[in-house]
Parts: sequence; structure tokens; C-alpha cells
Amino acid sequence: MAKGVKAIGKKKDEEEGLDTAEGEEWMQGKTLVKPPDQLELTEAELNEEITRVLTANNPNAPQNVVRYSFKEGCYKPIVFVDQMAIHFELEGNLVHKESDEGRRLTAKQAEVDDGGGDERPDNVVIKASKREQKLTNQFNFNERASQTLNNPPRDISCQTEPPPRANFSATANQWEIYDFYTEELQRREKSKEKHEGQFVNKEEDKNKKKMIQAEIQNDDISQLTKAVKIIERMVNQNIFDDVAQDFMYFDDASDEFRGEKGTLLPLWTFQYDKAKSLSVTALCWNHKYNDLFAVGLGSHEFTQQGGGMVLFYTLKNPNYPEFIFNTASGVMCVDIHEHLSYLVAVGLYDGCVAVYNLKKKTDQPIYNSRASSGKHTSAVMQVKWQKDDLDSNHNFISVSAGGRVVSWTLVKHELVFTDIIKLPVIDTIPDDLKDVVPTVGTSLDFHKQKDYSFLVGTEHGKIHKGSKYYSSKFLETYDAHFMTVTRVRWNPFHPDVFISCGWDWMVKIWDQTMKSPVFTFELKTSVTDVAWAPYSSTVFAAVTTDGKVHVFDLNINKYEALCQQKVVSKKTRLLHIEFNPVHPIIIVGDDRGHVTSLKLSPNLRKKPKEKKGQEMPKGPEVEIAKMEQLLSSLR
Amino acid sequence: MFCSSLLFCSCYSVQAEVEDTLKRIQGINGVIGTIVVNAEGIPIKTTLDNSTTVQYAGLLHQLTMKARSTVRDIDPQNDLTFLRIRSKKHEIMVSTDKEYLLIVIQNPTE
Repeated sequence: MAKGVKAIGKKKDEEEGLDTAEGEEWMQGKTLVKPPDQLELTEAELNEEITRVLTANNPNAPQNVVRYSFKEGCYKPIVFVDQMAIHFELEGNLVHKESDEGRRLTAKQAEVDDGGGDERPDNVVIKASKREQKLTNQFNFNERASQTLNNPPRDISCQTEPPPRANFSATANQWEIYDFYTEELQRREKSKEKHEGQFVNKEEDKNKKKMIQAEIQNDDISQLTKAVKIIERMVNQNIFDDVAQDFMYFDDASDEFRGEKGTLLPLWTFQYDKAKSLSVTALCWNHKYNDLFAVGLGSHEFTQQGGGMVLFYTLKNPNYPEFIFNTASGVMCVDIHEHLSYLVAVGLYDGCVAVYNLKKKTDQPIYNSRASSGKHTSAVMQVKWQKDDLDSNHNFISVSAGGRVVSWTLVKHELVFTDIIKLPVIDTIPDDLKDVVPTVGTSLDFHKQKDYSFLVGTEHGKIHKGSKYYSSKFLETYDAHFMTVTRVRWNPFHPDVFISCGWDWMVKIWDQTMKSPVFTFELKTSVTDVAWAPYSSTVFAAVTTDGKVHVFDLNINKYEALCQQKVVSKKTRLLHIEFNPVHPIIIVGDDRGHVTSLKLSPNLRKKPKEKKGQEMPKGPEVEIAKMEQLLSSLR
Repeated sequence: MFCSSLLFCSCYSVQAEVEDTLKRIQGINGVIGTIVVNAEGIPIKTTLDNSTTVQYAGLLHQLTMKARSTVRDIDPQNDLTFLRIRSKKHEIMVSTDKEYLLIVIQNPTE
């Protein structure tokens, strides 16, 4: 109750004042001043004793502070409240001189006093000492830092074009590695060549450039040459599948029941559209490639002479010929060289002989006797290759309708002719015409072993045996037939035997030592061709104008044919026949330009029976012995 | 082996000869179609309709590549020459030559 105290105090003062008032002037005359709003109290009330208590309580302190008690979970009044009342506060600025700040301030003071006009070393010393003393204050430390101007950051970027990408994938195989190595090898070789021959290079480069250009142009289809050939053959094989199977494997089992007789199984037929009007004038098998044969097309008729053709067929493609050569006049004969199977000699109706090279891709013969002075004046009936002469030049011999037998030698780029012999004129022609009317030679054959010995058949039915070494005379003349001798052939095994056939319906087998034939067969019509079989000395086949093929085996039947089979349609004349050197097939040519292939049944290819216990000797000796046996039985 | 050299008249080129042979093959009775496919597997000549051609070319190209890879893996000096697929209905023949393919579909049984 401070106010109560103060009031009492004031009253006391006032009373003291009054008490001492007598002593002072301004205190005299004081009357009691009543405030206007003083309470009017009665005397009794004035005399009432009012107790005033003096406490140390702060009247401003709150008396009813309530705090929440978490312990009891309710509000509880706080009894003890802070009773201190602050009347006046003033913060002083006195610092104890022993404290940190005090020391600092005294030092500073000292510095300020000594500041002006002092020597430098003293300053430095003082500064140094001051530095040592400088300690950071936890409360009042101010680290002053300064910052340079930061340049505003800028982003500069540039983008390049991404490198072009491509997907690459490959496989690494055995053959890819091999291919790479072979290419590498070639490249190295080429670079070696370049180093070695640099002058030649320019030309080669030009050629190479041309080659490369040509290759690029032709890369379309000409790459396929080989593939196309193979496919054509495959397609044909599929079409003629049964024929091919027969050719390889079929052996007529019914031959066992036929006794001696045999049959001919027709296989493929070869025909060419453009050869329809021509007839087959020559057939020749290739000795190196046993499936290839040559067909000469022309015409035998004097009145029907046009162009001619030489076609080469292979058994693997019966649809279309492998090689086609067109000739100016009809082809009369064809012969393929025995060893160099790409050389083909052709004799034409107009008397020319030509040599073709199958390896060269041209239609023209490499040699032609057209310009030669010794050429035949009439049709060349037969050509036959000979062994190379002493200068290793190839040569062949031809016989013509003019009666001359001429040998042609291939010297560099031309044909050199040599007359061998002239066919003798028969006696029926009067003397003054002997030089004019020639003896037509129709067939020519050379002996297999003694190749200087040859046989010539003539139109008059005679067969002349001659030798290359005797040019004036023939060694022997046989009166073979009444009409034209169409074919004369030596036996491939026996050195003395030959066969001939002619238009007089006869086929005759001769021993050259005897003037009369050993065997004679009469076939019902003109015999146009006869051929020995290459596998047996006693087997031969003949073709006639009625379209029949007659096959004989003298070992089995000396009088009759084992097979007489008509192989072509009506009115077609068979003109030529040839045995395949290896396979058991024959080809026959007819006058319609068609070539038919036939397979010989087993009965026609019989080998002589083996005697029990005896070893069967093989080879040509057997064949010779066979023939000899036959001949001796007839002598 | 057979003679593998080709003949043609002086006025023909190798290309014409190949086209001649192709025509002949197409003309054979029983041949359903022929397709020539180049090194990238794209058919360049065909006698069949487009969709069939594309199908045949794509499938047979892959098969031929696989077959060639097989052959050459066994012996790198060897190479595939032709492939023949005989199915119930017909026969597909593929002949290859320097990455080119010649496909012939034939119906051999007549």
C-alpha cells in the first residue's frame, strides 16, 4: 500500500509543515483547503479508526495466475507470484578494468595518447604487439570482408551437327574370312605387278576401265549365263525324268524270255524348228564328252538345195541344241577330232570344207576352203580327221563327189590341200569322157590301227582300198554292190574286217584278204547306213529307208537280225546311225531333221558266256578272237 | 563334265543369249514361272504376279543365303550351285551364279 504510505507521508509532511509553519512566513495563514469533491463525512465517521496495513506486496502483480498442471491434468492457481516492481532502470557504461574489454580500451587509450609524431619503429612495434593481442571476441567480433563484383554468368553453348550414323551388322564365318584373305592376296599381287611393270600399266588401266564399265553395264542378266544353262537342263531333266531314268537304269527284263531277240527302247527325240525342211546328213559323237553329238543337216536331193546347219545336242538338254552353226550350203558330213574335241570338220554340198572351233564364240568357221584353189568342185561326201602331221599341224581328209581324195592341213590361217588320190573311173564310161565324168566317192573310212590304209566306197558299187602312201593306184578293189555304196567301215577290233552297205538292199561283211564277202545280209529296202558297235566286234546295226533299225550279233545269230524295229513314223526314211562310244544307246537321223535316241536292250549287248572255271579275258583281243573264230568257220 | 562354253551369232550379245534361254524355259510346258533376283534380293525379271514374286524372292533369297553359308562353312573353297526343293505340288529350282538367283517353279508331273 504505497499510496497509503504516501498519503500518510504527505500528511505528516503537511503536519510537520504546519508545525514548523510558525517558523516560516509562507506557511502562515494556511487554511485548510478543501477540494470540491471531498467526501462530506460526519464526525463519527471522521473519528473512525481506519487501519492501514503496510505490506511488501506489489499491488500490480497478478493475484490469480492459473497454470495448467500436466501432472494433475487441471488448472491450478499459482500461489507464489513474483512481487518485485521495478520503478527505474538505467544501464551504466562502466567497465571493469581487469576485464577483456577494459584492457582493450586502456590499450586503445594509450595508443591515442602516443599517436601523434612518434617514430615509425615504435608504431610498428606497437602495431605488432597490438596484432598479437588481437583476439576475436565472441560477442563483438566483426569480420569485415569485401567482395569483388561478380560478373553475371552467361551460358554460351553451340551445337554441331551430329555425325551421320549408319547401322552396321555382319557375320563372321569361315568362308567370309577365306574370301577376305583371297581378295587380299589378289590385291597384293596386283600391287606387285604394278610395281614391276609400270609402262604396261597405262594400257592395262584403259582396258581395265573399259572392262569395269562393261561389267557394270552387263551386271544385270549376263551374270546368269551359267545359271540359266543349268536351270534349263534341270527343267528338261524334270520333264524327261522317266526317260533319263530309263537311259541310266532300265534294262529290259523281258529279254530273258525273248530268246535271242532284243528291242530298242526309244529315249529322247531331238528336233530343231529351223531345221524342219532339212534332213540329217551326218551324225558324229564327241569322244571326250560322251553326251554331246553333232548333227549335220542338209539335203541329199540335188534339186532341193538350200542352206545347211550343224547342230550340237547334248543328252542333258533334249529341248534345244547347245551349238548352232548356219552354213551357206547343205552340210554333207561332219567329223569331230578325236582328241581336240572342239575342232569340227564339215563338208558342204558346194564342195567347201570348213573347220569350226567350238571354243570360239562365232558363227563363222575358223578355216574355210572357199577361197582355196584346191577345193572340191562337187559335194564333199565324207571328212575324217587324221593324226597330226610331222609339223604338228592338224589335218583331215575329204572325199568328194568329184572323185578326188584330198588331204587338208591347217596351217596358220589357211587350209593347204594335198591331193591323195583320184578315184578310178569305171570301164563302162567311154574313154573320151573319162576325164569329165567323175566317180562319185560316197564313203571313206580309215583303219583304226594302220591309219594310212583306207577304204572308199563309190557310187558304182565298188570299194577301193588305198593307202596314203600310194597316190597312183589303189591297192585293192572290191565289187561290193550293184548300186551306190552308202557306207563302208572298218571293224573297230579285227584288223581285216570291214562292213559295207548300199542301195541294193545288201549289207556285206568282208575280210580284206578275200575278194568275196564273208557275210551277206539282205534287208528289205535300201540300206542307208551301217555301224559297228564299239563294245563288241560282232555287233552291228543298219538303218533302212523304211524306217527300221536292224541290229545283228554274229556271235549269236549269223543269219538273222536280233532286232528289226521301226523307230520312226510312216514315210520317214532313216538316213544315219551312230553308236555312242560309252553308253548303250544309238542315235538315228531321219530325213525330217529329227534325231532319235534309242537304248539297246541287254540281248543286243551280250558278252560271250563264261565257261565255268575259266577266267574271262577282257579287252580287244577277245573281240578279235571272236571274229576270227567266226571267219575261220566260214573259210 | 560337259562343255560349258556358250555359242552365239556375231550379232547377239551375251545378254540376248541369256534372255533367249530364259524365254525358252518359260515356254516349256509345265513351267509355272521364272524369277530373276539380283544380289540384294530384289526381283528384276519375273513372269508371275507381283505379290507372289516378292514372296518367292524374299523367302528363297534367305534360304539360298543360308544354304550357301552352310556349304561354304564346311569348305570355304566350295560354293553353292543350285538348290532344288521338291514339294507335293511342284518343284522349285534355284540356280545361283555370283550372287544372282534364278528361280524356276515347275510342275513336273503331267
